[in-house]
Amino acid sequence: MDFTLSKKHEMAQNLFKEFAEKEVKPLAQEIDEEHRFPRETVEKMAKAGFLGIPVPKEFEGQGCDPLTYVMCVEELSKVCGTTGVIVSAHTSLCVDPIQTYGTPEQKAKYLPDLASGRKLGAFGLTEPGAGTDAQGQQTKAVLDGDEWVLNGSKCFITNGKEADVYIIIAVTGIIEKRGRKIKEISSFIVEKGTPGFTFGTKEKKMGICGSSTYELIFTDCRIPKENLLGQKGNGFKIAMHTLDGGRIGIAAQALGIAEGALELTINYVKERKQFGKAIAGQQNTQFQLADMATKVEAAKMLVYRAAMKKAEYQANPKVSYSVEAAMAKLCAAEVAMEVTTKCVQLHGGYGYIKEYDVERMMRDAKITEIYEGTSEVQRMVISGDLLK
Amino acid sequence: MKIVVCIKQVPDTKGGVKFNPDGTLDRGAMLTIMNPDDKAGLEAALRIKDANGAEVTVVTMGLPKAEEVLREAMAMGADKGILVTDRVLGGADTWATSTTLAGALRNIDYDLIITGRQAIDGDTAQVGPQIAEHLGLPVISYAQDIKVEGDSVVVKRQYDDGYHMLKVKMPCLITALAELNDPRYMTPGGIFDAYDAEITTWGRADLKDIDDSNLGLNGSPTKIAKASDKVRKGAGEKVVPDSPDDAAKLIVDKLLSKHII
Repeated sequence: MDFTLSKKHEMAQNLFKEFAEKEVKPLAQEIDEEHRFPRETVEKMAKAGFLGIPVPKEFEGQGCDPLTYVMCVEELSKVCGTTGVIVSAHTSLCVDPIQTYGTPEQKAKYLPDLASGRKLGAFGLTEPGAGTDAQGQQTKAVLDGDEWVLNGSKCFITNGKEADVYIIIAVTGIIEKRGRKIKEISSFIVEKGTPGFTFGTKEKKMGICGSSTYELIFTDCRIPKENLLGQKGNGFKIAMHTLDGGRIGIAAQALGIAEGALELTINYVKERKQFGKAIAGQQNTQFQLADMATKVEAAKMLVYRAAMKKAEYQANPKVSYSVEAAMAKLCAAEVAMEVTTKCVQLHGGYGYIKEYDVERMMRDAKITEIYEGTSEVQRMVISGDLLK
Repeated sequence: MKIVVCIKQVPDTKGGVKFNPDGTLDRGAMLTIMNPDDKAGLEAALRIKDANGAEVTVVTMGLPKAEEVLREAMAMGADKGILVTDRVLGGADTWATSTTLAGALRNIDYDLIITGRQAIDGDTAQVGPQIAEHLGLPVISYAQDIKVEGDSVVVKRQYDDGYHMLKVKMPCLITALAELNDPRYMTPGGIFDAYDAEITTWGRADLKDIDDSNLGLNGSPTKIAKASDKVRKGAGEKVVPDSPDDAAKLIVDKLLSKHII
């Protein structure tokens, strides 16, 4: 077992760090306060190849491994959780399912634009009544001649109004399985601008405020028959498998937020003086930092391991990375919440003020315990594997 | 078209500077970056490549570790990297460095050579023009803008009080300023390719038409009497006066208060 990063991963990490410091950090506070999507950063990331990191070169991707992608989301999230999730939702939830389940025609049509960042991707599974219970889908797709007709709505969709290509999960019928009638679920590729596809309200959120979170509405939205992604009836499996990958991205986002908050706090406690000395001199501060650094490092190992397991899957599709992804997300998200809360505490009153980045980081951290499977869902996945 | 860019791995001045007992830099012990003027020169070459098509080769002389800076250049888009490294080349001043690089460049086909104006560790601005002299090439220094027109380059050369527009037939050598452009980032895929690529390594034996007496510390006419890190100056005071009269009064008051006038 080798815990050292290869030279190429080290250089890629330096690249992401430099980009995050120069291009992302200066905007982090502003886009949070203004609830503004950082389009200019997305364009710069597209140019630098950050929107197609794990995509093969033949589709204008970077041809790198999942670990490189994870390090990108991590470094961006160290300074801005919003920017981290833009890359994660685009790559893991839209590009990845097309790459994994798309026909050669679908790949040729969509991947080059997405991997090069000329277009941005999103994914719609969640509905008002179907969160953790993803089977509770109401959105329907009915085949009418050469077209699927979509009706229904999706909520809390990341990259909502800013994306160009959407993976949409919908019910395509009722089937009998082991004597029970269940919904047949399929997945589709829907393009922005398709008649009948509109946007509902923009969500006002606690954190990741620069991220564009919208309701998607489908009213007799007709898409070509060939936009069915994967087999008809395979949509639930595709959605769950896509989320396995997505969780690694969100775990990287959570890890980045925790690392970013810890870094800022280490600097702060060395400067902040109380009782005539820096608070870094107090044992309480020292022990808290030690605990936080240890937990962050443990989370990092789990996140990197999940990424490497996904690389194994790419070489051998029989390998599952579902449990590793769930463990990474569960751990990293809870560490992010704990660490950012403690960092705010160590900042004292200043930590509660918006000029200090830890205030934003604590708000940004919370969502990582909720989206792409709550921590409870991760526990279901992990225990399900233990007790099978 | 073939472009060669000479680049140098220099200490990252943010990380502090360390010296050997003889006053030369302890390059092995410092964090390093690609010299900013050289990076602008590389970007200029890559823009010519994007616009007109060109093969861009990067050359550096340094410790084996300087290979990193070649990989970085290749991750930005350079096609080939050549590392000139040999114990006998160590401790070189500008004369020995330019002699060495010219010896390496004699092995390569080129239409255009671009170097940075100067390296942030020495600030001499001599190596580029010296290489041109060794190779018998015209040199245009302090380039702010570079355009290719047929078999010539049109260069905007910076001067204190203006600029010159020069049209020069290739082959020639241009020294670039960091202000020339905003260098692109490496791409993740570029990094992976750069690490899979071969770097050509040349030693003393591969250098063409040079004399040993002009190489390394022994071949360097420069003798370092003393070396020290920069003395940090204070940030100073920034003032934005409302009018020229206010500005004049402010200066006079300051000079009076320091008993200068």
